[in-house]
Order: sequence, then C-alpha cells, then structure tokens
Amino acid sequence: MALTLRKLLPALALIGAAAVMTGQAFADPVTLQMWTNATNDPLKGIFQGAADAYHAAHPDVTIQITPIQNESIGQKIQLALASDSPPDIFFNQGAALLATQMESGKVADITEFTKSWIGDVGAAAGNWAYDGKQYGIPYTMHVVGFWYRKDLFEQAGISAPPTTMKELDDDIGKLKAKSIVPIAVGGKDRWPDAFYYDIFALRLCGEESMKAELKAGKLQDKCFTDAGQVQLDFLKSEPFQPGFNGTSAQQGPGSSAGMVANGKAAMELMGTWNMGVMQSLNDDKSFVDKIGWFPFPAVEGGKGDPTAALGGGDGFSCTTNAHAEICADFLHFLSSKDVQTQMVKANSITIPVVAAAADAIELPVLKQVVDFNSKAAYVQTYFDLALPFGVGQALDDAAANMFAGQGGASAVVDAVNSAG
Amino acid sequence: MSRRRFDLRKTAELTLLIGPSLGLFVLFVFVPLITAGYYSLFNWNGFGPLTKFVGLTNYLKILGDPLFQKGISNSLFIATLSVLIQLPLSIALALLLNGKMRGRSVLRLLVFTPYVLSEAITAVVWLILLQPDGGLDALLRAMGLGSLIQLWLGDPNMVMWTLFGVCTWKYIGFGIILFLAGLQGSPEEIREAAMTDGANRWQVTWYITLPLLAPTIRIWIFLSVIGSLQLFDLVWIMTRAGPAGASTTMATYLIDRGFTRYALGYGSAVAIVLFILCFAFALVYQRYALRRDNEGAVTRGAEA
Repeated sequence: MALTLRKLLPALALIGAAAVMTGQAFADPVTLQMWTNATNDPLKGIFQGAADAYHAAHPDVTIQITPIQNESIGQKIQLALASDSPPDIFFNQGAALLATQMESGKVADITEFTKSWIGDVGAAAGNWAYDGKQYGIPYTMHVVGFWYRKDLFEQAGISAPPTTMKELDDDIGKLKAKSIVPIAVGGKDRWPDAFYYDIFALRLCGEESMKAELKAGKLQDKCFTDAGQVQLDFLKSEPFQPGFNGTSAQQGPGSSAGMVANGKAAMELMGTWNMGVMQSLNDDKSFVDKIGWFPFPAVEGGKGDPTAALGGGDGFSCTTNAHAEICADFLHFLSSKDVQTQMVKANSITIPVVAAAADAIELPVLKQVVDFNSKAAYVQTYFDLALPFGVGQALDDAAANMFAGQGGASAVVDAVNSAG
Repeated sequence: MSRRRFDLRKTAELTLLIGPSLGLFVLFVFVPLITAGYYSLFNWNGFGPLTKFVGLTNYLKILGDPLFQKGISNSLFIATLSVLIQLPLSIALALLLNGKMRGRSVLRLLVFTPYVLSEAITAVVWLILLQPDGGLDALLRAMGLGSLIQLWLGDPNMVMWTLFGVCTWKYIGFGIILFLAGLQGSPEEIREAAMTDGANRWQVTWYITLPLLAPTIRIWIFLSVIGSLQLFDLVWIMTRAGPAGASTTMATYLIDRGFTRYALGYGSAVAIVLFILCFAFALVYQRYALRRDNEGAVTRGAEA
C-alpha cells in the first residue's frame, strides 16, 4: 500500500496542477456518486487520485467512487437506473448497452457541456453519441488482436507471426508438434469465442451492409453464414487448450490470459487490456518482454477491408440527477492529457482517447498496438454491443455453442434473427 | 360476556403471534409474486412504464425454448440421481456412524463440514480442483488412475455428472445428520425384540430400521427435489451454465434472461414458471407423501 501511494504521489501532484488550470467555480457544495468497474490498482487508485485532484481544484465538489466487480456492475446499474436514486456517474461501454440504459430516461444528454472539447476525444466518442447528441465520454479504447509468446514461437521454429489464415493453420501445426497449446481461449465467458466469429464476419462482409444489418438486428447477407463456416473450419484444426469451454478469460492463473502469461499457451485473441490482466496473473514480470502482438490474419476471398479492426471502449455516462454539468466537467478531466498519461504509464489502459497521451507508452509491443489502431480502416464495435442489446447476448451464446461443437454454419445467424 | 372476552383475548394473541410473520410473508413473498406475475405479461427491460403488453407470449416462448427444457431436464437429472445415489449413500453412512466406534464424533463432524461451507466457497474450491491438470487430475494420476481423467467442466456430456458429484459432496453431510437424528428417534426396543426373536442384522435393518426411517426419508426427498429445482450458485460460479448451455438450470436461465439480457418481463415469467413448478411439487408431495407423517409417524409406520 505504502509503495502504491508513494508511486502515485507525483501523479497526484501533476493531476492536481492540471485540475487547477481547468478549474471553475460551482455554487453549492455537492457530492457526486461514481460507479466504476476498477476494483484493482492501479486504475482504482488513478480514479481516486483524479477525484481527489478534482476536489482540490473545486472544493465544493466531492466525487465519491464506488468500485464494483466487472461481472456484476451491469446488473447493479440496471437496477439503479430503474430506481429513483441512480449514481451520478456510471461506467459503461457505450453502443447498444447504453442505448438500452437510455430507455430509463435517466441518462443525461451532455451535448451542451461537452461541445467545446469533444473534438479532442475524436472518433472514440462515437459509441456514446446518438442522433448527434452526446451521452457519455470514453476514457480508453480497445482493439482485438493476437497476443503471443515469442519464446514459444521460437521453440516451434516460427520465424514471423502469421499474416494469413493458411499461415496461422501452419503455425498451429508446428506448435502442436512441439506439444505446445497453440491458442488459449476463455470459452466459459463466451464473449472471447464471439471475438472469432466477429472477426471472420468483419473480414468477409462489406462495411456498409454489415453495419446496417447489425444495427437492425437482422443478419441477411450470406457473408454472415460464410463466417460461420470459416469458424467451423478453423475449429476443426483444434487449436485450443483441452477443456477450453470451461476456462475463464481473466480469473486466476488457469484462465486463458494466465496461460499466456505463464507460458502454458502460445497465443490468445484478446483486447488491448490484456497486458494489464496478464501482469496481474504472473508475479514474475519478466515475461512481459516475451510477449508480442499481431493483428488477426487475413481471410481469403473476403470483401472486408483487411485492416479493419474489432474493438470498443470504456467510458462513463452521467445521469439526469441535478449535476450533469459537473459530471461532464469531471469526464473532461478524465480525458485530459495528464490523467490519460497516468493511465497509460500504469498500463491501466493501452489506447488513450487523446492521441497526445500515447507518447507515454513505453513497451514496444503496446506502441505497435496503438499504431495498428490508428492505421485501421475503421474499428467495428464488438457485435454483441453493435446489435440490439439482448440480441448481442444471443450472438455470444451461439458462437460459444459452436465452440462446444453445437450448431452449423448458420447457427449464429439463426440465433440472432430469432432473438430480435 | 366472559365467553366474548375469551375470544377477544384469543384473537389478540393470534394477531400478535401470527401478525408479524404474516406481514413479512405478504410483503416479501406475496407482493413480489403478484408483481412478478404482472410484469411477466409485458415485454419490458426494467426501465420506464410497462407499455408493451404481450399477454402470455413470454410463457409460450419459455416453454418452447429448448434451453429452458434443458434446465428442467437437468433439474430432474440431479433430483433422480440424488434419490438413486445420494439417498442410499447417506443412509448407509448414517447407519455406520450410528454404531458405536472410536472417533465417531470426529467422523460425524468431518462428514458434516462441507454442508457448513457456503455454496459460493464450495464452488470456487471445486472450480480450482477440477481445472484440467488441477488437483483432482493430479490425485487420480498419483493413484495410477490417470485413464479416468475427464474434462470435468469442459465437456458438455460430463459437466452434469461433475456438478452432481459436487452437490453430493456438499449435501451428503446434511442427509447423514438428518438420518442420524431419525435413527435416534426410533425406539431401540423394537430392534432388540426382533434380535431376540432371531432376526439377523440385515433383517433388522431392512424390516425395522428403514421403515422407521421412512418419514425422514420422505422429508429428505422433499428437500432434495426442491433444492434440485432451484440449483443455482454452484452452477453459476463453476460453469456459468455452460458449455453450450449443457448445465443450464431454471435459475441460471432466469438470471441470464432477466439480468444479463435486460429482459425483466421475460425473466419474471421464468420466475413464475419456476415458482409454479416448485409449488405444485410441494403441494402434491405434501398431499400424498407427507400427510401421514404430519399425523404422527412412528406408530403408523410401525403398524404398516
């Protein structure tokens, strides 16, 4: 604890100075309740530090943070928004989930308070905007790609990361020949399975029609069934660890992230946050140098742009409680270069929402991820959040069922079209 | 006049004694039940007014959903296996522990320990033990039984058996304690009399001890079936109802639809279906199986 505090002190001082500069006076003393999913340091400490710094700059405003476990925060927010006393600021991932939450009528339109600076956040804010109005601000973005062990690739005689599915299949064969688990996947959580389906569809479908059909919640284009077939073919190569359907993605050293961190598997398809997760699952931090990253390989014959990426973001929305303006101002502070730099330096986030903060990235592998993200043709929101919300969950389930050997090429399409 | 006063006092007494619990029952069971029944008629995500009235559509969807049917069959699977395996095992162990032997209290305590643990802790402990190459696999290998190793939680065909195993581990202690109490409540004289008449140990157990235990067995079956219908914590933590829905129970289905997918109207309908199933079972079982126990069991049981 002492160490954490000491490490954070310079950060707090810096944030404090920044907060003073953006400071404005609000009339009466107010306390804002804020719900985050950051139950662990360093992010937990950074949020608290930002709240303290903001309070120092605006003595009338106190931000009270309640960290809630990621697995249960969605349910808590659902109930809070249905009640008369939701928190003032709450975590969400924008897109369809936010759209559903907006139906409560308690998510504040903060367009007015953000228009002077929303340009700094740029395209990242898109998942929190509806009909030209802003309903929240992200503090980080993520994209999905393969994290891999350079040392295990070397053992299997693989000289460079694969760029096509054919090469990926060959590499899987080489790793298996050395009795190395080629890919770890957290099948118990289902959404990691859906990443594969999402990306196969992303590679096969044209951008325009894909986006339109996802939004409508009806998948008509043949490319969505083809994506199912590509996934089935891929599953046939049995690239995953034994019992992957029961493996969780992030909990404990036996999770898929833990397997890569501990050298028990060579690859994992996961979001940009994975480095932070892996670091929390291996006490010996020297493994970090052995970790590399490469984008999902190209799929032959697809209409989709091969540089398109799958991703999303984390952010906060304000509720219609009396203080939406203060909330928006605090979210501005969270997206300021200084706070963003703190998050990047602590490896809490990888892709900041303000480009300037990316300069603080030290690990070459993370620089590579950020570089890929900035050059991507476009970043497609995870299908489970791009589809109408309940329908998105049906997609995750169907993709996971295919991983468990149930359902043909059209399983996902059928599940989505019957869930709407 | 005095008669009237007596009635008044009796009424006051009843009100005082039953009132509070009846109040709580109405507030926390009856009202939520009615509310859920009302919500279940709507397509509602928990926000805003109830506008999309859909009648019984939710119920039709639930009963027609193969995943929900899987939930029912999984509950029946656990309930049936419990009666076939857990019940005889509990009785056998109870009979063993009822005899006089060294270390009896310690053994009773040990066997009861898992029941004291919360379901969440049990689930986490077994989740870790059952990982591929985890504690259980290592144990089997060390005993030279490596060929028995399965993907305990990762194989859709295996997972319900695994969960049944964990349920048994957790609840067998409860059964044993229940049966030990039942055994102690049955008069020793009858057994002694039978022994004097020349019955052997096996005959005494089969013709005297077990019939005397029948009321306890019936109440155990009741608790066990209700428990199977409501199975949730263990499954949710260990498998999240997976893989591919293979370990879905009605309760995990409820949480998944109601909260994970923000379909509170649909979730309410699931809750009502679950309630009706439990309630119907409880009523029928009370009526036909438990009634004679409620009328005084030992003498009737012995006569029969």
